Amino acid sequence: MAACTKRLDRFIISLRLLRNLQLQNERFLSTSQCLRAAGNDSESPKFVPPSKPVIVDKTQTVASLRKFLSPEFIPPRQRTDPLKFSIERKDMIRRRKVLNIPEFYVGSILAVTMADPNASGKTNSFVGICIQRGGKGLGATFVLRNIINNQGVEICYELYSPRIQKIEVLKLEKRLDDNLMYLRDALPEYSTVDPEMKPVPFSPTGEVPVNKIKVRMRPKPWSKRWERPKFNIQGIRFDLSLTPEQMEHAQKWAQPWLEYDMLKEYDTSKLEEQIIKEVQQEMSK
Amino acid sequence: MALPWLSRSLSGLLLETASLNCQRNFSVSAVAAAIQKMTRVRVVDNSSLGNTPYHRPPRVIHVYTKNGVGKVGDRVLLAIKGQKKKALIVGHKMPGERMAPRFDSNNVVLIEDNGNPTGTRIKVPVPTHLRKLEGDYSKVLAIAGSFV
Repeated sequence: MAACTKRLDRFIISLRLLRNLQLQNERFLSTSQCLRAAGNDSESPKFVPPSKPVIVDKTQTVASLRKFLSPEFIPPRQRTDPLKFSIERKDMIRRRKVLNIPEFYVGSILAVTMADPNASGKTNSFVGICIQRGGKGLGATFVLRNIINNQGVEICYELYSPRIQKIEVLKLEKRLDDNLMYLRDALPEYSTVDPEMKPVPFSPTGEVPVNKIKVRMRPKPWSKRWERPKFNIQGIRFDLSLTPEQMEHAQKWAQPWLEYDMLKEYDTSKLEEQIIKEVQQEMSK
Repeated sequence: MALPWLSRSLSGLLLETASLNCQRNFSVSAVAAAIQKMTRVRVVDNSSLGNTPYHRPPRVIHVYTKNGVGKVGDRVLLAIKGQKKKALIVGHKMPGERMAPRFDSNNVVLIEDNGNPTGTRIKVPVPTHLRKLEGDYSKVLAIAGSFV
């Protein structure tokens, strides 16, 4: 202890000496140099405003940094005036400003609450896997499927209907196909979704996870002949339900010239970029 | 291109036949229907008549509507275990209204002539717009377990 205090005393004395030396030196220096030296310190006479605090509002979800355009914005290839589509887009954006319609794909699990005059509490909620997204413009729909008490139920919701109060994505993922109607003929375990599922956190950046699951089917007959090439289904385990001869027989209905048909080409890349810009501008207003 | 020619010829035919008889020159088939005569249905309540196995599935033999098509909330006559029984449709496979649920099977609840259900419980989810039939089928709604 005594040694420490001695060292402290010596330290303080040396500091005082240094300060005296500094003062003496400053007296001999010119004022401009003094000011320059003073300016190099952290406490300068010129007022520097404090840095703005970054407020991270965690109640609102972060807008997706992925460039995602909902498929119903892209107009179909028709002989209608583009004015009709632009007016419809304005109305869609007006609705989106009121209700947050999140980014989702076929294969994601959603929870939807809608107003129902006949239900108790006036609201009706449903959780299910999205099996199809159809329609363009304000009439865009998506079908949710779930199995409740061993009964398969599907509800086709209109995205822009004023009856819809909340759309929440519980699990964001894609599947190998963009139409999962074959889940009606698959084993029930693939369509069951827990109604009290907790939302799975997903990052707003990066790629959407693709679920490469191959579904097992019930024995034939199915509601549609899913093995035929016109459906182009990647997500079924055909080897468990069909023989290789049946698979070959299904290929008789293949139309290999279809991918080379120039009249069926519809390149939407430029249109998409234009619409994305328009939508982002309108949404930020 | 050929259409105006076709329509002209058709109108000519119609003019000729209108004088003789008002006959239709084209065939009419039944409209795509949800539940109609001879559809096999699934009884979803816990009544003994609906749940005991029989070598033939229960079939609809009459639909109590103006057209022969039965939607949710319509009364039908079933043939179950060799007897006739009335029933109420609580869900069908055909897609209907946009925001209404569509079930994977044609569901039916057995009913008496006065509208009272035969069973005591319905486990399967039932569409909420059935609640509009509060007056006639309030007892059926009371035994319903869950609404979708």
